[in-house]
Amino acid sequence: MKKINVGKKILTENEKYALENSLFFSRQKKICLNIISSPGSGKTTILERTIRELKGKIKIGVIEGDIQTDIDAQRIRATEAPVVQINTEGACHLSAAQINDALKQLPVGHLDLILIENVGNLVCPSAFELGENGKIVVLSVAEGDDKPAKYPAIFAKSKVMLINKIDLLDAGQVDFDIERARADARKLNKAIEIFPISAKRGDGMTQWYDWLVNQVEKSAE
Amino acid sequence: MHETMVAQSLIEIIVDEAAKNNAKPVSAKISCGTLNPVNDEVLIFAFEAIAKDTPCEGVKLQVEHKPLQARCKNCDRNFDVEPSRPECPKCGGNDFELQPDAPLILEEIEFQTE
Repeated sequence: MKKINVGKKILTENEKYALENSLFFSRQKKICLNIISSPGSGKTTILERTIRELKGKIKIGVIEGDIQTDIDAQRIRATEAPVVQINTEGACHLSAAQINDALKQLPVGHLDLILIENVGNLVCPSAFELGENGKIVVLSVAEGDDKPAKYPAIFAKSKVMLINKIDLLDAGQVDFDIERARADARKLNKAIEIFPISAKRGDGMTQWYDWLVNQVEKSAE
Repeated sequence: MHETMVAQSLIEIIVDEAAKNNAKPVSAKISCGTLNPVNDEVLIFAFEAIAKDTPCEGVKLQVEHKPLQARCKNCDRNFDVEPSRPECPKCGGNDFELQPDAPLILEEIEFQTE
C-alpha cells in the first residue's frame, strides 16, 4: 500500500465561482446579501416590503432561488424591481455558478443592492458560499424559538437574524421566546444583529432598513 | 443533501490522483468542520453509487469530523466548542473567540502497490 497526502479542498468548483462573484461585487462597489431560511418564513414578503419602502433610497435587484416555479419572481416583478428566477430542479441550495450566471441578466450597474433569496432550507444553503457580502437568516416565530440551538451553522454564519411574523405573538397562539432565540443565536455569533419584525404589518422594519442603507453607504465609500 | 455534490467532486479528485500515480485507489480519508458537516452515511452511500464503474469503485471512505475551536477571553484557554453548549470547560465562561471552522478537505488516498 502506498499512502499519499492530498490536502485538497473538495468543493472547489463552487469556491471558484464564489470568489469570482465576490470580486465582481467589490469592483462594482455593490452589496450582495444571501437570504436563507426554512420554507414559509416570509422571505419573499420581507423582500416585497423592503423594495417598496426603500424605493427612491436604494435600488434593489433580486435573484430568486426555488426548486420549481416563478411564483416568487412574479411577486418581485410586481414591485418593479429587476428580478432573475433560478429553478434548481430539485437541488436544495443555490450554487455560486448559478449566481454568476444570474448576475449577467441583472442590470447591476443601475443597482445598489442585490438580494438573493435562497431555496427554502435551513441546512444546505449555509454550506455554499455564493460570494455574497453577508448572510441574512430569517426565522419566523411559528417555527419555534429552539431553531438557533438546533441549526447552529446558519446562525453562526449570518450577519443578521430577522425574527419574522412577530404579529402572530399578539394573539397568544404562538409560543416563541424572542430572548431565548436571541441568546442561542448569540452563543456562537456575538456580532449577529437581531431585528424582530413583521413584514406583513411593518413592525421593526425601520431598524432593518437602517442597517441595509448603512451597508450600501459603506460599500459606496 | 449536498453530500452527492461532495461525493461527485471527491471522485473527480481521486480519479485524477489515481491517474497521476498510475495506481488503484483503495481508501481515502476526508475531514470536515463542525459548521459545514457532512453526514457520513449519506456521503458514503452517494460515493458508492457514483463510484460504480469508475476507478473509485470499492474505495473505502473515512470521514474525520474536526471540532470547532475557540479561545476563552477570560482564562485564555483553547478549547473544542460543543455547539449545543458553547462554553469554556475550564472557567465556564462564554466570552470566547471562535477560530475558523475546518474546511472540507481530502486528506489522503491509499493506493494498491504491486
